[in-house]
Amino acid sequence: MPKDGGIGASSKRREDVRFLTGAGNYTDDINLRGQAYVYFLRSDVAHGTLNNVDTSAAEGMPGVLKVFTGADFAEVGGIPCGWQVTDRHGQPMQEPPHPVLAQGKVRHVGDPIAAVVAESREQARDAAEAIEVDISDLPAVMDMKEALKEGATKVHDDLTSNLCYDWGFVEENKGAVDEAIKNAAHVTTLELVNNRLVPNAMEPRVAVGDYSRATDDSTLYTTSQNPHVIRLLMGAFVLGIPEHKLRVVAPDVGGGFGSKIYHYAEEAFCTFAAKKLNRPVKWTCSRSEAFISDAHGRDHVTKIELALDADNNFTAVRTETYANMGAYLSTFAPSIPTWLHGTLMAGNYKTPNIYVNVKAVFTNTVPVDAYRGAGRPEATYQLERVIDKAARELGVDPIELRRQNFITEFPYATPVAVEYDTGDYNATMDKLLEIIDKDGFQKRLEESKAKGKLRGLGINCYIEACGIAPSNLVGQLGARAGLYESATVRVNATGGITVMTGSHSHGQGHETSFAQVVADMIGIDESMIEIEHGDTANTPMGMGTYGSRSIAVGGSAMVKATEKIIAKARKIAAHLMEASEADIELKDGQFTVAGTDKSVAWGDVTLAAYVPHNYPLEEIEPGLEETAFYDPANFTYPSGAYACEVEVDPETGKVTIERFAAADDFGNVINPMIVSGQVHGGLAQGIGQALLEQTSYDADGQLLSASYMDYAMPRADDVPFYNVDHSCQTPCTHNPLGVKGCGEAGAIGSPPSVVNAVVDALQRAGHDVTHIDMPLTPSRVWAAMQG
Amino acid sequence: MAQVKMTVNGKPASGEVEGRTLLVDFIRDTLGLTGTHVGCDTSQCGACVVHVDGKAVKACSMFAAEAEGTEVTTIEGMAAEDGTMTPVQQAFQEFHGLQCGFCTPGMVMSAEALLKDNPNPTEAEVREYLKGNICRCTGYHNIVKAILAASGQDVSKIAAE
Repeated sequence: MPKDGGIGASSKRREDVRFLTGAGNYTDDINLRGQAYVYFLRSDVAHGTLNNVDTSAAEGMPGVLKVFTGADFAEVGGIPCGWQVTDRHGQPMQEPPHPVLAQGKVRHVGDPIAAVVAESREQARDAAEAIEVDISDLPAVMDMKEALKEGATKVHDDLTSNLCYDWGFVEENKGAVDEAIKNAAHVTTLELVNNRLVPNAMEPRVAVGDYSRATDDSTLYTTSQNPHVIRLLMGAFVLGIPEHKLRVVAPDVGGGFGSKIYHYAEEAFCTFAAKKLNRPVKWTCSRSEAFISDAHGRDHVTKIELALDADNNFTAVRTETYANMGAYLSTFAPSIPTWLHGTLMAGNYKTPNIYVNVKAVFTNTVPVDAYRGAGRPEATYQLERVIDKAARELGVDPIELRRQNFITEFPYATPVAVEYDTGDYNATMDKLLEIIDKDGFQKRLEESKAKGKLRGLGINCYIEACGIAPSNLVGQLGARAGLYESATVRVNATGGITVMTGSHSHGQGHETSFAQVVADMIGIDESMIEIEHGDTANTPMGMGTYGSRSIAVGGSAMVKATEKIIAKARKIAAHLMEASEADIELKDGQFTVAGTDKSVAWGDVTLAAYVPHNYPLEEIEPGLEETAFYDPANFTYPSGAYACEVEVDPETGKVTIERFAAADDFGNVINPMIVSGQVHGGLAQGIGQALLEQTSYDADGQLLSASYMDYAMPRADDVPFYNVDHSCQTPCTHNPLGVKGCGEAGAIGSPPSVVNAVVDALQRAGHDVTHIDMPLTPSRVWAAMQG
Repeated sequence: MAQVKMTVNGKPASGEVEGRTLLVDFIRDTLGLTGTHVGCDTSQCGACVVHVDGKAVKACSMFAAEAEGTEVTTIEGMAAEDGTMTPVQQAFQEFHGLQCGFCTPGMVMSAEALLKDNPNPTEAEVREYLKGNICRCTGYHNIVKAILAASGQDVSKIAAE
């Protein structure tokens, strides 16, 4: 029976009423008195020497307050990178400077050169057209392998080459892996591209900087997934503003998917310019501008080899990946192809020998960083594609080949440095085969054939590492931040509760699901709890929302803080009932004394805490407010099995998704409705990557897919109804809620299902096609069928 | 600059606009009705859909001056005076047809227009109609389900939640 409240209930979202009635408060809805507007003049060439920027004509245009160039930022810091990767030889990665506005060179189309601040948006834009920019074009560095050749044009003249790092993991295993591959009964090799994607949260980025001369306080309103991280990075590394003089507010945020984690130049600019001009300064990104200024995702070129023994047991995996960093290092960029990718190369399988090599490369393209899944989709895709190819080469059932190699005993320490705490991969596979109705496939295949269509079924597994992350571990791996989370639980005198969390909700529904957890712990109605997030002025220092970490890390902090509240409330209740604290029980919002009929209500205890007339003042302080910081002991490891059924039109190569099923193990689930919604969204993004989305640059570094006319976003008629299930639950063993996180799974697990299904359809129709690179557009599929 | 007058959500509205001012900017900046959103600059995403004289229109695809004398309804004008949401709005909440909420006003305005023209659409018709509204969060599953439910159809057999 569905629950009607608390943990496990599909509570309706309280956020929805404001969003459905137009009462949301997004950053672009914020307009401050006296606000000015900034327009960024961006480079229209991919690579060039910036000889001169003449702003004199623009300065005199109507409404213009000031035109800024790189020279105005000579005294402030550049945009910092938050993660330092150490290469195979023990050397730190090459880390180039990233100025707020271009200095000396432009390095990608979209690199900001100058910024016009004017009384109106239109005046700023008009004046930008009057700026004269003198650039000497340089050859654009576009192809990663070419970029690493001797004598290649350098993106950053001060670096020794375009190589950011050459990373080997685990370097000590390399010899054993090479040996295992040499001695294998069978080796399957696959070369593939993980296509560059643009995250495309529907709300474009916005920043509003504000400054008070009276108090010397700066405030930034911004579209961020982690306002505290922005405050720290921008305050400490760029502008030199201490945290107590800087407030960062991320109000309602319209989706992020990773792209709103990073500290961007426009945020620093608006904060800086507001102080210079003593006026609020607002920037609203257009979609065209977003394509050339938001961090992109993926963009890996990979070769993977899977070795098997004569009994089809996996004996080794060896991979070599070229990972595009773009022109500068975005906040977490170096960690994505390394620690969020290499550590997942065991997948769901007990492969004993694994070696991962990653070469990160600078190119004249938009910076690349985490996008939903971040490294884990790239790991999953190559592994699940190569296993399918191996099954075909060996003539064995791809499902059975997976089952034979599944990890079945937990905890399991992989050869790539992580320890899976729980999982049951056979259970999710069994559930998947049931909900995709595999037994009915043959009949559906015949029906497709009768219509002149090809049909295929693709199945795969995935595992991910979520709930990032243990701070001491990531510190050793190069993170320049801790990855704990925080919560303050403030109980009000009349019993209502305000929870201030360092997590941030930009579509995930925390205001509902977080309230469910606290309500459940105390036994009161969810409506008595309010969740506050997004404002550094009233939330404790927290690291924000990404990497499917909010319920696992932020939720755990909230549980810890609520436990402290309950412990104190029990003391108060014991005093009020003149009983021993050990005998106090809390159920349904009532404190009782075991074995008696004495009770006091939650509201009586909270009132006593703030009106302490009858109160143990000699033992405890008045008030009822507690803060907890939670640092996880390990990552969490959601896993699952996905299946896709496609039809392919042999005349055109067009692929249609006919059925899609996902069986996930997220551990315990707080709100099943919200969890299903998270999976749905991830599936659409994964299907988008597999079939539609392609970020295309030409050889000169011009972005050809820079609008919704050119970049194929998944639309309602591109996707089917999905069948998702999360009834297989092996709870996480190291966090108090037993939760694993669900935000990224759909985007991680789905691309290989789609590609496996299309290859299956073509193979069944007699085409000797073993791989097609994403996106599987009609022209690519049709070309593959022509051989 | 020119003066424009129209009726917005049943009330007279007017303001000074440049010739190039888009209806969506007039609604957001001049009238302060920020429920209508801007998600692109090529009239593709549908976050700005409003009703002009009863028809669904992308408010970025017409100038404010072109709306002279029209009746415009925005998302703020949909719920009843007492806050009661329309059946479409209620279904979006009931079936979790929104996440970040940014595309939602446009989605709701499109869905309302669809059901006015076609009170009993098939799943395929709903998906076809929504081609002009992009959502990045929901994967469309629960949006389509909510619209079918708002039309009075039984959605209990549609897979999962």
